[in-house]
Amino acid sequence: MIEISNLTKKYGELVAVNDVSLTIKQGETLGLVGESGSGKSTLARLILKLIEPDSGRIDYQGIGNIRRECQIVFQDPQNSLNPRIRVGEAIAEPIVIHRLLPKSAINDRVAALLEMVKLPIVYAKRFPHELSGGERQRVGIARALASEAKFLILDEPVSALDVFIQVEVLKLLKELKARLGLTYLFIAHDLSVIGYLSDRIAVMKEGRLIELGDKKAVLISPREEYTRKLLAASPRF
Amino acid sequence: MRRNKAAIFGLAIMAIFLGLAIFAPVIAPYSPDEISSAGASPPSWQHLFGTDDLGRDVLSRSLYGARISLSVGAVAVVIALLLGTLAGAVAGYYGGWVDGSIMRAVDVMFAFPSIFLILAIQAMLTPNIYNVMFVIGLTSWMGVARLVRGEFLRIRQLQYVEAARAIGCGDLRIIFRHMLPNAQGPIIVAATLGMAGAILTESALSFLGMGVQPPMSSWGNMLMDSQAYMRDAPWMSIIPGLLIMVTVLSLYFIGEGVRETLSPKERHAGS
Repeated sequence: MIEISNLTKKYGELVAVNDVSLTIKQGETLGLVGESGSGKSTLARLILKLIEPDSGRIDYQGIGNIRRECQIVFQDPQNSLNPRIRVGEAIAEPIVIHRLLPKSAINDRVAALLEMVKLPIVYAKRFPHELSGGERQRVGIARALASEAKFLILDEPVSALDVFIQVEVLKLLKELKARLGLTYLFIAHDLSVIGYLSDRIAVMKEGRLIELGDKKAVLISPREEYTRKLLAASPRF
Repeated sequence: MRRNKAAIFGLAIMAIFLGLAIFAPVIAPYSPDEISSAGASPPSWQHLFGTDDLGRDVLSRSLYGARISLSVGAVAVVIALLLGTLAGAVAGYYGGWVDGSIMRAVDVMFAFPSIFLILAIQAMLTPNIYNVMFVIGLTSWMGVARLVRGEFLRIRQLQYVEAARAIGCGDLRIIFRHMLPNAQGPIIVAATLGMAGAILTESALSFLGMGVQPPMSSWGNMLMDSQAYMRDAPWMSIIPGLLIMVTVLSLYFIGEGVRETLSPKERHAGS
């Protein structure tokens, strides 16, 4: 679905993403791990064309409008929702911008999306600060789905949440993927969280992609010393 | 809490003044231009605030003057807010050379002593009330621009702005729908303080004879008229002077109050 070749992005002296080549297959969940500062989030922003690469290219297959069909769920639901915009309006915004539905149909669609992420429909009238962290993250997911995205980048979607709520949100993501036929790029610094959803796992270190393989192969017999260290640092699952 | 009391006091004063200005024709005991006594007469039951050198009722002139002074202040502030918000938002949002050139323009404008700039422009234009509003607005937007730019620089870093870009919002939508509403606290504060400043500038201009022209009365030109009679008819200067002072203070109280109440909530909701 997305083919990345020799992608490089520099910030001054720092090479945030260094010659990364990677393919994300339709319907899979690709886990992307690495410490903070390893270039995971930069790679995500490059894929979404929020920033431009210095060199290399990204090919999108079966995706027309990136802004509509590729979406992102951010790490911190506290900051990724505008404090002055009601939940319902936030979810409706992608629909409005891309003119996907007539005005009269928007409310029903918002209600359906809230239901999809298992939030009560009355939440549409609330402001983000009236919701808990887990609920806000569900709003973030609903917004990402509003424009009928096919590909979702989950940028540490649960790392700001309590463990119990993490499990709920991960379950929801798994269920939505099956129901809507989505493709995920799941970014985390924690291998135990990634193991739950991913089909394949990629490991980044200092901007480079150092390991890529099936989940089991990477988790059970990692080739790289660095991956072994990451594994040892993660809580057991 | 203490400041809020001051703000409510200021709000009440402004509401009263606004009411008096709007209903001036009903309340005023005389027409503002009517000569109702022979020369300056001190406060009495016929003339609560006395009369001026031409025998016009100071209370009536003050009420009509409030209309002029308050509307000059309000319109000038609206002009300054529009210009300043636009300049600051564009500078803060786009950054880079756009930011650089706008902020250098702001620095240059700030470097001029604004009263001379205003006087110079006024000298070229016919000094009427609309030009006064316009010129004050044109020379007082820089503070707002700096403030809004600062807010935009802060808000631009927040994730909901990136989220808005990710769902496909254009620049204009991000600026006006996502960023501006989150910057409104400081803008409201700037508006109240700016209005106080504009009223003072109008008074100064009129005092120098470059503002509102006689026989129309504003608090500023009433003060100017009183110059020669400071000793013989002190009420002529004390009344408009007090009105200006109370108005400016009230606006400052309101501005401070808004600042106090908004800032913790903003911090909580913003970042």
